[in-house]
Amino acid sequence: MEISGRPYRSASGAPLALRRRQHSASCRELALRRPRLQLRSLSAVTSAVWLAAYGIFVLSENSMVLSAAIFITLIGLIIYLHFVKIDQESLLVIGSLGIQVTSSYASGKESTTFIEMSRVKDVVINEAIHMQKVIYYLCILLKDPQDPQGVSEVVPLFQSSQPRLDCLMEVYKSCQEILDQRKEAPQSSEMK
Amino acid sequence: MVLKVFFPSCCSSAESGILIGRWISEQNSAVVLAVVHFPFIPVQVKQYLSELQRVTKVSVSVLGSWNNSKQEKEESLSEFLEDLGTIFSHEPWIQISKEGDSKFWSCSTLQKRSNNHREEEIIIVYYDQRKVMLSCLHPPLDTGASTAHEAEDASRLSAIFDTVAKSKILFMTDKYDDGPIKLTHWQSDGVEASIIVELMKQASVPACMLLTFLLSLISGACKSRMLKFWPLSFLWSKLSTCEQLSHRLQHLQVISSNKKAQNQTQLMRKANIFVSLLIDVALGILLMSWLYRKNRIGHLADTLIPVADHVAEELQDLLQWLMGAPAGLKMNRALDQVLGRFFLYHIHLWISYIHLMSPFIEMILWYVGLSACLGLTVALCILSDIVALLTFHIYCFYVYGARLYCLKIYGLSSLWRLFRGKKWNVLRQRVDSCSYDLDQLFIGTLLFTILLFLLPTTALYYLVFTLLRLLVVIVQGLIHLLVDLVDSLPLYSIILRLCRSYRLAAGVKFRVLEQQDGKPLRLLMQINPLSYGSVVQTYRLPTYSCYPKDSWTSLCKKLFLGELIYPWKHKGEKQD
Repeated sequence: MEISGRPYRSASGAPLALRRRQHSASCRELALRRPRLQLRSLSAVTSAVWLAAYGIFVLSENSMVLSAAIFITLIGLIIYLHFVKIDQESLLVIGSLGIQVTSSYASGKESTTFIEMSRVKDVVINEAIHMQKVIYYLCILLKDPQDPQGVSEVVPLFQSSQPRLDCLMEVYKSCQEILDQRKEAPQSSEMK
Repeated sequence: MVLKVFFPSCCSSAESGILIGRWISEQNSAVVLAVVHFPFIPVQVKQYLSELQRVTKVSVSVLGSWNNSKQEKEESLSEFLEDLGTIFSHEPWIQISKEGDSKFWSCSTLQKRSNNHREEEIIIVYYDQRKVMLSCLHPPLDTGASTAHEAEDASRLSAIFDTVAKSKILFMTDKYDDGPIKLTHWQSDGVEASIIVELMKQASVPACMLLTFLLSLISGACKSRMLKFWPLSFLWSKLSTCEQLSHRLQHLQVISSNKKAQNQTQLMRKANIFVSLLIDVALGILLMSWLYRKNRIGHLADTLIPVADHVAEELQDLLQWLMGAPAGLKMNRALDQVLGRFFLYHIHLWISYIHLMSPFIEMILWYVGLSACLGLTVALCILSDIVALLTFHIYCFYVYGARLYCLKIYGLSSLWRLFRGKKWNVLRQRVDSCSYDLDQLFIGTLLFTILLFLLPTTALYYLVFTLLRLLVVIVQGLIHLLVDLVDSLPLYSIILRLCRSYRLAAGVKFRVLEQQDGKPLRLLMQINPLSYGSVVQTYRLPTYSCYPKDSWTSLCKKLFLGELIYPWKHKGEKQD
């Protein structure tokens, strides 16, 4: 079952699309898609760099400057697409298995982290003071092996998309529905 | 709770039969290891499983039935499979059936003991058996050190990886064996083996024995009393080449030991050391061939003496400049001349020494260059030692300048205290007031004034020679950094991560496959490889690395006070 993207905004105002898919009763996928790389900005940066290089070439009469500029532009673009530009961030919650966080980059690379359900304490929305504004972010609290009530680590989610509170609440509600199921299950098995 | 079935993807097209594997009741999951086909005798299957359990220490049992019907559903077969549940009592009895070539299987469980028949949700997770068997999860759990409590807390993933890895012997029987049991697993089409690996295993035993024998001879010779006399032992401790050679000797001893590696970490360590040695020697031989071709080493030896001469001349010019009015500063004439002449005499001695050695330099260098075949690291260490020897006079000047400056600073601080009427109490380690006699005060103030006005001259000499010394230290430090890099880089692990990334697993990742309503959830479990940074960090080889022993503030303090600095400290050296 799929619910197609509704328009939300990120903390900086960029448009985001949230997509929810329910694969089964205990498995949900939530994906946030960011705006793609615009041809406009790409050509603007490339022309600026090449104009500057041409200016230096005219001043210094050294043709190496031009080839160096082309080289730098290519390498810079590859590095940007492969390491910096995140296209989509998704959260896959499988009740009784765990939570998987994936970031897909513009070059197709996907970096995934899977956290087992036994390590997850809870999923909460936290506030943070960043420079002059207060931002909300969703995070997973991990259990501390020594202290059953304590939290050993906080894993923030959707760090590059930074959606606003309305989007975060949707995601939070979806996650909590699945996490509630695991709290019910041990109780019912005790009642047997 | 949700029931999870981990099904190997190689058994998807297997014929009907029963499923064997491990049931993990705490996590309500079943790890299927193989499918046993008809016909079989239940007693023999039970015997086989108990035998397997004894050997692998994994509680393998019959989990359920697998029905792969190519045509329409055969009712009799499915009833027969249900009846099998009574023979092989397992709670719960899992029944998986696949129709034709459909991707969507139906899975149900039979619970006999429980009274309430809840509709449990079932998740089928496909996994690649070969990759999971060969892979190693990081961070690794020490099986020897874990207590029972920790074993309970062990993550489900490591339990699954463990189960498949320990059942290696189950995968050794293939379909061509004439046994009573016919299995399907990842190796059932034929056991894989490599001739090259087998040959190398056979050849490695005598090679290791030979190497151990040679190494024992060499280490015996090194430990002999002759080499332990005072001047020689001091020399060995100062030369970095000897340290590097002993480090490599240790590595060779690790590789050539007869004991098999106990666990993954030891195996990787041995492999890393082996590859590192191989690459080192290969690069060293390459360097050697480059040096000896076109007699480059002769050219190097020819330029060495002129370079040393040039350095000495530059130093002489520097001293002449200091003896004049350097940078417009006015120096104390007499002290200036004394210090300048003292250092000039030293340089004169040094130049004559170098000229004495000059006819032998080429031959010495030629033979020393041969030792580059022991490895690139040894060649770099020799280079660092040559640099240290050639700049020995700079080191001497630095020591003279520093001692003089240090003496002056201490004298000044003590006399300053006297000037104010205080004294350093050695017993209490603090400054106390003290009443001096008049003549003590008079002489003290006189000396203080003299030292104060001579301070700029000494300070300038000290500054110049300290800068030169720091330059040499930085060059040596860079060379040692390079040696450290070659020594400690785990090349085998990096190449493994590049080519067989499933062997080093940081975790797993799940992909949701196509779903159909009413059928269980289908997931694909893939291995998430370790990042290159964590590979290097986990498998770094320990070295006798040199690292700066002082922080920036303490270094500056030492420089200001004139204490001698030895910025690079080797691990294992005693603190002074």
